Amino acid sequence: MYVYADNAATTRMSDTAVAAMIPYMQEFFGNPSSLHSVGQKAAEAMMNARQTVAGCIGAEAREITFTGGGSEADNQAIITAARIGQRKGKKHIISTAYEHHAVLHTLKKLEKEGFEIELLPVGTLGNITAQQVADAIRPDTCLVTVMFANNEIGSILPIKEIGAVCKEKGVLFHTDAVQAAGHLHIDVKDMNIDMLSLAAHKFHGPKGVGALYARKGIPLVNVIEGGAQERGKRGGTENVAGIVSLAAALKECCDHIDENAAKVTALRDKLIEGILQIPHCALNGDPVNRLAGNVNVCFEGIEGESLLLMLDAKGICASSGSACTSGSLDPSHVLLAIGRPHEVAHGSLRLSLCEWNTEEEVDYILAELPGIVAYLRSISPVWKDLESGKKQFIL
Amino acid sequence: MALYTDIVMKHFMTPSNVGSIENPSGVGEVGNAKCGDIMKIYLKIEDNIIKDVKFETFGCASAIASSSMATELVMGKTVEEALAVTNAQVVAALGGLPAHKLHCSVLAEEAIRSAIKDYYDQNGIAYDPALFPAFDEEEDENEEGVRMV
Ligand SMILES: Cc1ncc(COP(=O)(O)O)c(C=O)c1O
Ligand SMILES: [Zn+2]
Repeated sequence: MYVYADNAATTRMSDTAVAAMIPYMQEFFGNPSSLHSVGQKAAEAMMNARQTVAGCIGAEAREITFTGGGSEADNQAIITAARIGQRKGKKHIISTAYEHHAVLHTLKKLEKEGFEIELLPVGTLGNITAQQVADAIRPDTCLVTVMFANNEIGSILPIKEIGAVCKEKGVLFHTDAVQAAGHLHIDVKDMNIDMLSLAAHKFHGPKGVGALYARKGIPLVNVIEGGAQERGKRGGTENVAGIVSLAAALKECCDHIDENAAKVTALRDKLIEGILQIPHCALNGDPVNRLAGNVNVCFEGIEGESLLLMLDAKGICASSGSACTSGSLDPSHVLLAIGRPHEVAHGSLRLSLCEWNTEEEVDYILAELPGIVAYLRSISPVWKDLESGKKQFIL
Repeated sequence: MALYTDIVMKHFMTPSNVGSIENPSGVGEVGNAKCGDIMKIYLKIEDNIIKDVKFETFGCASAIASSSMATELVMGKTVEEALAVTNAQVVAALGGLPAHKLHCSVLAEEAIRSAIKDYYDQNGIAYDPALFPAFDEEEDENEEGVRMV
């Protein structure tokens, strides 16, 4: 059996998304900046795509800028807010300890330039409150950037409450909604979001294309200089097929948000319940307030990469936050942020489901996983020490 | 391209010499759970020959495959020959490892040396301490932590 359970990393493209892009690769392949009809066909398709994306998040078409993915949108939003702040002498930025590296590394760069970056600590269930944001805002705060939902442990953040706080205090608010778009209801006006990032490949669209929403009146700073594309805010001939496909994929997901969420939540909860039967393991994040497809657990006494590769040999695709999956010495900053000790964080497993996963697949994972965990424990000196009482169990 | 060679995958999926030895002549344990790889090697030595060797490993595929390969390389060797086995030999026998995985394989060499030192110590065999430099933790690499998408 083959089970793809790594949808937080990327998704399989939908038939709708694939079909949408094909005409713009061969039939209407023109450059949208060209004046001839094949170019203008492409320009028209982009205009429609912009309208569709705007409609999915409660924005206006002119507030949408297409980018080369989620990371680029995050970079551009943060750099924009920083430059606006800098002009007013405001150099304090608030974010959280468990943001994606697209945000954290951009902030780190700004820190080297003299910005003061304040990363809010995360609760043990992966929660951040609007009160934390309110308490952290200072007169010189130029940006609050808080993710909509966490990619590793699935936490859903109180974005509307944070938006209200930011609006009241007059601070720009950006949210990395890469894991949320197409999966959670988003209304940028109702939620007082000034800037928002999304990426097509997390909702069955293609990789390497994303969008940045910026409330009208916010003067975006270029990350890529070039021609007059995207109102001069993002140089480079547009990825027309990708953009059209992004819009089609987002629309399809947004049209089925509640029904998908109900289906995936049921699968997720069955999976979590089954996995927690394995001794000395624990769920990471909040059991209820989490993305419908996200399962993230730590197993004591084993290491995540081995677990992943053994699952892969059984046809199950998953992820881990272990250090050895990356070759660094530290495991996932997200698991450390919620207080998991290194020893335990190395043994993490993320399974992320989508609406195409089935109950049979969940049953298959639950049939294979316990044996693999038991085998890896049987060859682990750490497990031996835990079992013999030489070391104390943490989980 | 796959992350690991076929030889690495074979030693990871079906490792040789897994387990422990009752009343071993020497035991070595290196690494720590904090950095993500721990390796324990058990030796049975008779007449200066390694008659049996077993390992237990907490770690990634590179760590497990390196343990397995290292035990194969020292089985039946004299203690001196085993001491001469290097990390580079383990890696070469595995058909290579990705650069960022080399640090996981270093533990195999260290675990064997540590088990031999234990054997020397237990049996009052004199040796040059320079043979066993303290294995220092390499903390230099990447302060970043894993990058998960
Ligand atoms: C929360 C979050 N932000 C940003 C990104 C980066 O998006 P992309 O890979 O499209 O640049 C990802 C995924 O990779 C993500 O999960
Ligand atoms: Zn390793």
